[in-house]
Amino acid sequence: MLYRENGQFKTSYGADQQIFPIAQDRVAMLLLLALAAVVVPGLASEYLLRAILIPFLILSLAALGLNILVGYCGQISLGTGGFMAVGAYAAFNFLVRVDGLPLVAAILLGGLCATVVGVLFGIPSLRIRGLYLAVATLAAQFFCDWAFLRIKWLTHDSSSGSVGVSGLSVLGMPIETPVQKYLFCLAFVLVFGLIAKNLVRGHIGRSWMAMRDMDVAAAVIGIRPMAAKLSAFAVSSFIVGVAGALWAFIHLGSWEPAAFSIDRSFQLLFMVIIGGLGSIAGAFFGAAFLVVLPIVLDNLPYWFGIPIDTALASHLTTMIFGALIVFFLIVEPHGLARLWQIAKEKLRLWPFPH
Amino acid sequence: MGFFLETLIGGLMTGMLYSLVALGFVLIFKASGVFNFAQGAMVLFAALAMARFAEWIPRWTSLSGKLAVNLLAFLVAMALMVAVAWLIQKLVLSRLVNQEGITLLMATLGITYFLDGFGQTLFGSDIYKIDVGLPKDPVFLMEQSFQGGVMVNQEDLAAALIAASLVAALTLFFRFTGTGRALRAVADDHQAAQSIGIPLSRIWVIVWSVAGFVALVAGIIWGSKLGVQFSLSLVALKALPVVILGGLTSVPGAIIGGLIIGVGEKLSEIYIGPSLGGGIEIWFAYVLALIFLLLRPQGLFGEKIIDRV
Repeated sequence: MLYRENGQFKTSYGADQQIFPIAQDRVAMLLLLALAAVVVPGLASEYLLRAILIPFLILSLAALGLNILVGYCGQISLGTGGFMAVGAYAAFNFLVRVDGLPLVAAILLGGLCATVVGVLFGIPSLRIRGLYLAVATLAAQFFCDWAFLRIKWLTHDSSSGSVGVSGLSVLGMPIETPVQKYLFCLAFVLVFGLIAKNLVRGHIGRSWMAMRDMDVAAAVIGIRPMAAKLSAFAVSSFIVGVAGALWAFIHLGSWEPAAFSIDRSFQLLFMVIIGGLGSIAGAFFGAAFLVVLPIVLDNLPYWFGIPIDTALASHLTTMIFGALIVFFLIVEPHGLARLWQIAKEKLRLWPFPH
Repeated sequence: MGFFLETLIGGLMTGMLYSLVALGFVLIFKASGVFNFAQGAMVLFAALAMARFAEWIPRWTSLSGKLAVNLLAFLVAMALMVAVAWLIQKLVLSRLVNQEGITLLMATLGITYFLDGFGQTLFGSDIYKIDVGLPKDPVFLMEQSFQGGVMVNQEDLAAALIAASLVAALTLFFRFTGTGRALRAVADDHQAAQSIGIPLSRIWVIVWSVAGFVALVAGIIWGSKLGVQFSLSLVALKALPVVILGGLTSVPGAIIGGLIIGVGEKLSEIYIGPSLGGGIEIWFAYVLALIFLLLRPQGLFGEKIIDRV
């Protein structure tokens, strides 16, 4: 009985509304936070931070945003890359065109622009459903790709849409070393993680889930479909836009529209599905899995000392990646979050079988 | 006027080719409810197989006649596509029965990655040529009504004819053969079909094989036009708006949708494109499909979606 939750002993509203009702969970979460905020920056090598941890944090933020739309509200979107691009380029424009605008404000304003675009492309969801909607959201993806490549004003008149930022700082502190970048991203992920967790357990999150499970029935019991669907699009694309701005500013430094291509959209959708639809933790599991997997696959031949031609290696990597995705979907269609849940249920009874 | 007609005809020809790819999507969706994202990868895989076998067969055997070599390569590539269909059904789909649509969609995305990697590992990743002897020279029509006439690419014309006859053949197959009837029954209602003794798993292998066949034909036509290379798999992204425009469950929808998208794309690129900075082809098709969908959410010919609580 490592893990227990026996009966209802709550005596106050505060206890009833806790995010983590079990004491072990609270301790574990605090330990995890301490690990992420104190131990990791002290111990992790520069490579680990740059190649794994920073991408992991930013992509899990994006996956979190997408999960709100796909996992909680049931609207499949293939335009996530486009919304990330909107966030990135809008934040860039605010930073370059407005003198003295703080970095955080620019990133949040970028997120707001992504919200506007997201809601705009979310309007068809009021009429179109399911796979039709999924394909229709590709319009957002391709339109954004095109706009940032062709409309010079959006990219501050740079050729082929490639832009870059440098000398970023927050409250006078520069963000240059990998550790500083890591902590900056971590702060965003924590804040938005908390916001998202609270949104999905509140009134608005429940209206999203009702919409996901059966939209006609939800409308009958008095949930306004338009408000529910569009608010999901708004919140989701805000978070995705902020993640896009972080990805561009912090991870890439200088970027072009191809950084937010349709492959990015698919990658994020994979994260959400492999991590677990409709689960905040799932976004993090999925992001970790999909950030680490390609790196492991790329390095596998070197670890075993097998020399492979690079072109062949990249084809083999694609192949194994695809096969693993399929394998994973077959073994656990409900994602890593579901495995985590099963483990918790087993621990609750351990060592007794029933 | 001559120029307009030329654009229009060019659009119709491209549209015919889009519908060919779209047809693959529709066949599989109708029969198994799987939105097959791997259709583009199948086109690339089939075209790669065709191109490479046509190159290898004269080396392995003493065959040298172009027709014989191409025919043999076609048969071998077809056999390979059937094998792929069988493996997909056996290893992936049969294990994902009753899962949600989005899980199946993701599984086909996994298959896409696998096929892309596998095809290029097996057959190499350079640009290859397919030469099945489609005529290359342009012809001029209606020279007496317009000055200079209307230029039509013979290759496009042949491709459109092949596509049209393929569609006709498939329609006949669905209508008049026992297997075709079984396929339609499965498309209507899985359980009912199974209860009268139609073997579902075999039907699904057949459907995926037919989709593989359509992919092979599309691959050969696109491949002889553009060369066989990785970008061929992106043709599928062009076919997606066609599918949703026509309706996911309708074969005629795929054809009409393809023609609308093909024409719309070409006309918009020429008449609207310059004022927007060009290159609008890629998103225009999607926006066009989106506008149609707002009027008819199930596509032009899709089955009406009825909500029950």
